[in-house]
Amino acid sequence: MVADAHKMEFGAKAHVALNDPKLRANFRRAMDGLMTKRAAQFADTGEWTSLRARGAAIRANALAKLPELLEQLEANCLRNGIHVHWAETTAEANAIVLGILEAAGARTVIKGKSMVTEEMHLNAHLEKNGITPVESDLGEYIIQLAGEAPSHIVMPCIHKNKGEIAELFHDKIEGQPYTENVDELTAAARKALRGAFAGADAGISGVNFAVAETGTLVLIENEGNGRLSTTLPPLHIAVTGIEKVLEKLDDVPPLLSLLPRSATGQPITTYVNMISSPRKDGEKDGPKAVHLVLLDNGRSRVHGDTELRDTLRCIRCAACMNHCPVYTRVGGHTYTFTYPGPIGKLLTPQLEGIDCAGDQPHASTLCRACADVCPVQIPIPDLLVRLRTESVRPAAPGAVKGAGSMASSSETMGWKGWTLLYGSPLIYRIGTKMLGWFGNLMPSSAPMLKQWTSVRTKPKFAPKSLHELAREKGFCDE
Amino acid sequence: MNSPRERILARLKAAPKSAAPLRPDWTPPAYDAAARKAKFKAMLEASHADVHEVTAADWPERLKSILANKGVGSMVYAPATDAGQRLAQSWGEGGPALVAYDRPVEEFKEVLVSRADAGFTTTRGGIAHTGSLVLWPTSDEPRLMSLLPPIHVALVEESALTDSLAETIRVQGWANGMPTNAVLVSGPSKTADIEQTLAYGVHGPKELIVLLIGSESP
Ligand code: SF4
Repeated sequence: MVADAHKMEFGAKAHVALNDPKLRANFRRAMDGLMTKRAAQFADTGEWTSLRARGAAIRANALAKLPELLEQLEANCLRNGIHVHWAETTAEANAIVLGILEAAGARTVIKGKSMVTEEMHLNAHLEKNGITPVESDLGEYIIQLAGEAPSHIVMPCIHKNKGEIAELFHDKIEGQPYTENVDELTAAARKALRGAFAGADAGISGVNFAVAETGTLVLIENEGNGRLSTTLPPLHIAVTGIEKVLEKLDDVPPLLSLLPRSATGQPITTYVNMISSPRKDGEKDGPKAVHLVLLDNGRSRVHGDTELRDTLRCIRCAACMNHCPVYTRVGGHTYTFTYPGPIGKLLTPQLEGIDCAGDQPHASTLCRACADVCPVQIPIPDLLVRLRTESVRPAAPGAVKGAGSMASSSETMGWKGWTLLYGSPLIYRIGTKMLGWFGNLMPSSAPMLKQWTSVRTKPKFAPKSLHELAREKGFCDE
Repeated sequence: MNSPRERILARLKAAPKSAAPLRPDWTPPAYDAAARKAKFKAMLEASHADVHEVTAADWPERLKSILANKGVGSMVYAPATDAGQRLAQSWGEGGPALVAYDRPVEEFKEVLVSRADAGFTTTRGGIAHTGSLVLWPTSDEPRLMSLLPPIHVALVEESALTDSLAETIRVQGWANGMPTNAVLVSGPSKTADIEQTLAYGVHGPKELIVLLIGSESP
């Protein structure tokens, strides 16, 4: 019934995370800061309203024209001298990247931050094939040293405090003394990575926006590692999901105004890098070859449903997770998959299937905080409810992959009983009478009660129902 | 339908159509001349950049003393640009050594990666709303000089300031032809990856020095 049961463990992992005071403190501090900074950026509600309406429309427009825009992007990239590759699966994308590297004789790779390469588990694939990838974003570098996955899509090592990082650097970087001074830790990373940049045979990056009109790849970042990865080595490979395309260059400014402000509360990132071609004749630097890998991995299936399609508007700002009462308490690793938080629990079951990640949409209070802050107006809670429904309904045409795989016979029976009870006045009346008499004798360890009462007091049934009380007061229900 | 490309596009094209929405009105911020310059400076300074107001006549001299005060030993520059020529002509003796970036990076990497203290570039303009410099590298003025040395010096003409990126893209006609690489720079390289504590110069320059040439300079 469940294809990949080991992945469905959000509940169990959440319990562990909730009992980890250090992790709770690390997340709490970080998320409180991010929320305050974002709120300050959008203090002018009029501006926020019109800007996000524009942002949502730009993304919806791009998705409505997705195949045409991808073809236009490809044609313009090719005209500009950028090679374009298409991959249906992460395995295909990994093979394409490896093939490009092997053809160029590349042994070492310097990487800018890219969630899509995390989705592909590209580093493991390269290492298996004798190529060494080095993460150059400071957060990514830290978790690479620690052998971990990112716990946040914008700040990958947000789960670590400086003591832990000091320890890690002292352990893993030769000659590095233990220090909790952030400037010294940053300088140590700069020193350690300089050589990696200079010696790398290739650079790999993600893409924030790909502009169809001009064949331009837009990458934003604060550190400069993204610019270095895409400029210093002789070969640059950019990897992106097929949904990241925009129709026009004019679409970039509004989204650029939404993304960093939503993400970290910055008006703009330090660097906005727009790459439109490899090094031209006479130019003195820049990679001699640029490749763009377009990854589907289930996105075209999501696109095939006009309601779920809204998921693909996401610009990966992370505001939804920064504001999520679940994410901020359990942290990103609890979600197991690459994308945590509200966007993760919406996207992952759609990409991987409900049979593999069906517990994710249930990790939500449906409080709508995510929808309130989403700069492109993705109705996250509504779509989560749809996924929850489909997780227990047998697959209907058009349902998400793996639909129905979470149906349980006791739950189905429970609902059947419910229908019976509420469908017949007589049975309903007898039923409520019985509950009034015997309901309180039910042990809290009874099958359907057990989980609910684990964190709540068992409700007490009143001896008289509302109907009876009303009738005694002279109301009539006919 | 054998290639991944054909299969992906076929699936996307077979999907039910949704109407492409109109883009609702959105007006990027606009300023008058004085406010534009003030905003540009304030935003850059908030991002930890040093902004110096200079004139077309005195900027090389001003720069020389700024760098000398910081103990800068060498600065990479682009000898074939107008500003580069001006710099070389008026630099004279003393002050940091000027090093020309006049070869392919393959022959210049070592200087850039580990020797130069500063790099000097021109800009194609500045954006007031976000305090951003528009860098438009060319074959004369390569990409890495603004990124590898610990200090980046950028020259901006006040007359080339715009209000917003949207305006820049429109008035400079970007959609008609993008360069190999265009970059917006809004401060020195920074990170907050360790406990959200800001630290500068993690990979790129630790300092950004902006020389803003006044529009009514002599
Ligand atoms: S779903 Fe919305 S809020 Fe969440 S990362 Fe995507 S764009 Fe940002």
